[in-house]
Amino acid sequence: MPRAVFPNRILPYALLAPQVAITLVFFYWPASQALYQSTLRQDPFGLKTRFVGLENFEAVLSDPSYLNAIETTLIFSLATAALAMALALLFASAAEKVIAGKGLYRTLMIWPYAVAPAVAGLLWLFMFNPTMGTFAYILRRSGIPWDPLLDGNQAMLLVIFAAAWKQISYNFLFFVAAMQSIPRSLIEAAAIDGARSTKRFWTIVFPLIAPTTFFLLVVNTVYAFFDTFGIIDAVTAGGPAKATETLVYKVYNDGFVNLDLGGSAAQSVILMAIVIALTAIQFRYVERKVHYG
Amino acid sequence: MSKPHEWEEPRMIRNMLLSACVLGAAVSLTTESLAATELQWWHAMTGANNEVVETLAKQFNESQSDYKIVPVFKGTYPETLNAGIAAFRAKQTPAIIQVFDAGTGVMMGAEGAMMPVADVLEAGGYKFDKSQYLPGVVSYYSKPDGTMLSFPYNSSSPILYYNKDIFQKAGLDVDNPPKTWQEVFDAARKIKDSGAASCGYTSTWLTWIHLENFAAWNDVPYSTKENGLAGSDVELEINAPIYVDHFQAIADLAKDGVFRYGGRTSEAKQLFLSGECGILTESSGGLGDVVKSGINYGIGQLPYDANAKGAPQNTIPGGASLWVFAGKSDEQVKGIAEFFHFLSGTDVQVFLHENSGYLPVTTAAYDAVKKTDFYDKNPGRETPITQMMGKEPTENSKGVRLPNLPQVRDIENEQFEAMLAGKMTAKEALDKAVELGNAAIKDAQ
Repeated sequence: MPRAVFPNRILPYALLAPQVAITLVFFYWPASQALYQSTLRQDPFGLKTRFVGLENFEAVLSDPSYLNAIETTLIFSLATAALAMALALLFASAAEKVIAGKGLYRTLMIWPYAVAPAVAGLLWLFMFNPTMGTFAYILRRSGIPWDPLLDGNQAMLLVIFAAAWKQISYNFLFFVAAMQSIPRSLIEAAAIDGARSTKRFWTIVFPLIAPTTFFLLVVNTVYAFFDTFGIIDAVTAGGPAKATETLVYKVYNDGFVNLDLGGSAAQSVILMAIVIALTAIQFRYVERKVHYG
Repeated sequence: MSKPHEWEEPRMIRNMLLSACVLGAAVSLTTESLAATELQWWHAMTGANNEVVETLAKQFNESQSDYKIVPVFKGTYPETLNAGIAAFRAKQTPAIIQVFDAGTGVMMGAEGAMMPVADVLEAGGYKFDKSQYLPGVVSYYSKPDGTMLSFPYNSSSPILYYNKDIFQKAGLDVDNPPKTWQEVFDAARKIKDSGAASCGYTSTWLTWIHLENFAAWNDVPYSTKENGLAGSDVELEINAPIYVDHFQAIADLAKDGVFRYGGRTSEAKQLFLSGECGILTESSGGLGDVVKSGINYGIGQLPYDANAKGAPQNTIPGGASLWVFAGKSDEQVKGIAEFFHFLSGTDVQVFLHENSGYLPVTTAAYDAVKKTDFYDKNPGRETPITQMMGKEPTENSKGVRLPNLPQVRDIENEQFEAMLAGKMTAKEALDKAVELGNAAIKDAQ
C-alpha cells in the first residue's frame, strides 16, 4: 500500500487530538486509577489507606463467592445470548414472509431496543414481582409456586428473559439485513427443486448467515457480560442468596454496597483483562470471518 | 487523605447525577430565593413518611427566610448511606444525611468526616441538653462520653400488625393478638388452613426484627462485647439454640406456604397491605402506610420467645438519625442548628409521632401526647414506646453496633434466603452466617 503523505505535519495530530484526549480521560485514566486502587485497602470514607500489594487479588480469587459469580455469569450470558438470538432469528425469518405491513412489523420489532436497561428491568419487575406483579399473581393463582425472591432458578429465568427481551431487536435488525443479502435466485432455485420452507432455511439461509450469527454471538455475550447491570440491579439486585450475582454486579456490590473498594477494584482489573481478551479474539478471528472473502 | 477516585462506571454516573442535582438546586436557588442559604437533606423516606418529610421542610422554610431545607430522596436506607459516602469521597456532600440504625457504627468510625450534632447545636447558639431526650434513643446515637453525634429524627421499634377481618374469618380472637412467637406461628397456620388468607405471616427486616431485636427482647446476646457496644472486635452468637429453633420454625412455615418472604428491607409490608398475609411484624414507622391503606388492622407488641427466661426485656431503637457532614460554612451550620431546634420542638415531635408512628424523641413531646386522649383513641400507638422503655436495658438489649453492620445484615439475609428456599436448615444457615459475618467484621477493622 502506498504511504499517504500529508502536506501539513501538524494537522493530522490536531485532528487526532480529540479522540486521543477522550480515550485518555475516559479510559486510560480510570483504568490506571483502578489498577492503583486494587493495591490498596481503605476504610469506606477513604480516611485511612494502606498499601497491600496483591492481597486484594489473592482474596478475590480465593473467595468462593467469586467462583460462584463466574459460574453465574457464564450461565446467564450463554442463556441470554442463545435466547435473544433464537427468538430474533425466528422473528426475522417470519418477517421475510410477511406480505402486508412489513414496515410496521419491523418498526415494532425494533422498538424495545430504545428502552433503557433499568427501565426494561423495572418493567419485568412490575409484571413478575411476587408482592406486586400482575403476572406473578396469575401464576400463583394457577398453582405455580412463583417466588423469584427465594427461588434462585426462577430469579435467574426472570433476568435472562428481561435481558434477552431487550436484545432481540438488535439481533433482529442484523438477521433481517443478513437475510436480505442472500440472492433470491438461490432460494427460488431450491424451491423449484422441491425444497420446502424448512429445508430451504436450514440448507441455504442458515449457512449463509453464519458469519452474522457468529458476530451476534460475540456481541450478545459481551452485552450479557457487561451491559446488563441495570436489569439485574432493578429486578433481583443479585439475589436471592447471590443466585443472580454476575461478575459486573459483584464489582458494584462489593465496592458500592459493602464499600470494599480495594477488592472491588481488583475485580474490575480482572474484568478489564477479560474484555481485552474478548476484544483481541474479536479482532483476530471474528473481523475476518464476518465479511465474505 | 486521598484523592477522589473516579475509576468506575457506576461512580461516574453517580457523580454526574450528583452534579446534575447540584446544578438543579443552584438553578432553583437563583430563581426562588436569592437570600436563603440552601441546605440539602438526603433521606430515605417513602410513602406516608415521605409526606411527613416534605411537610416538615415546608413548615421550616415558611417559618423563617434565612435558610431553605431541600429534601432529596436517595433510595433505600442502605442506598442513601452509600450515596452519602460516595458524596464524601467526591467532596460533594449534602448538609444533612439520614442514616439508618445499622449504619451508625460505620458513621461513628468515620472520625472527622462528621460534625457531632451536639457541636452543631452549640455553634447555632443552642444548648444541647441530654435530659430533654428519651434516654434509650439518645444513648444509642452518642459516644461513650455522652456527646450526641447524630440527631434522632425517626426512632422506631418493631411491632406486630394483624388484619382483624382475616382474624375473624379464621376464628381467632380479634381483640387479643398473639403474644409469643409460638402463638404467632399457630395463628398463622390457622389463617392458612382455614383459608382466611393465602398466607399467615410475613415480616419486613428479618435481620433487624428476628436477630437484633429478637436478641434484646429475649435477653440473649447477639454477639460478644455487649453486641459491639463495648468494643469492635466482636464475634456473632446468632447460632445459639434459641435462634436455631426460631428460624427452623419459620423455615418450616415457609415450606408450607404459611410464611411468605417479601424481601430484605420493608417490601413485605405490601403483602400485608394487599390482604395476602394476615399477620405482619414491621417497624412502628410503617404505621402511616397501614393507616392509609384503610384495612381493618390491630397492633400488638413484638412477640417474644416463650422459652426465653427474661422475655420480654426491651426492644432496641431502630429507624434512623440525621448526621451533619463536617466542613460546612458557619452560615450553613447555623442553619442546620436552627432546623434541628425546629425538629425537636414539641409541636413538631407530636406531629411526627401521631402521623408516622415514629417515636417522639423528647420527653416533653411524649408527655404532651400522653396528656391528650390520643393513646385512648388509638390503642396500640404507645406500644412501641412502652416496649422500648419498659425495663432497664441489660447488656444484651442496649443496641447492636458493628463496624459494618449493613454488610453483616446482607450476609445474614443471603443465608436466610437460601434457608427459606429450602436449600439449608436453620442450623446450617446460621452457622454459615456466623462464619462469614465474623470474617467480614474482622476485615472491616
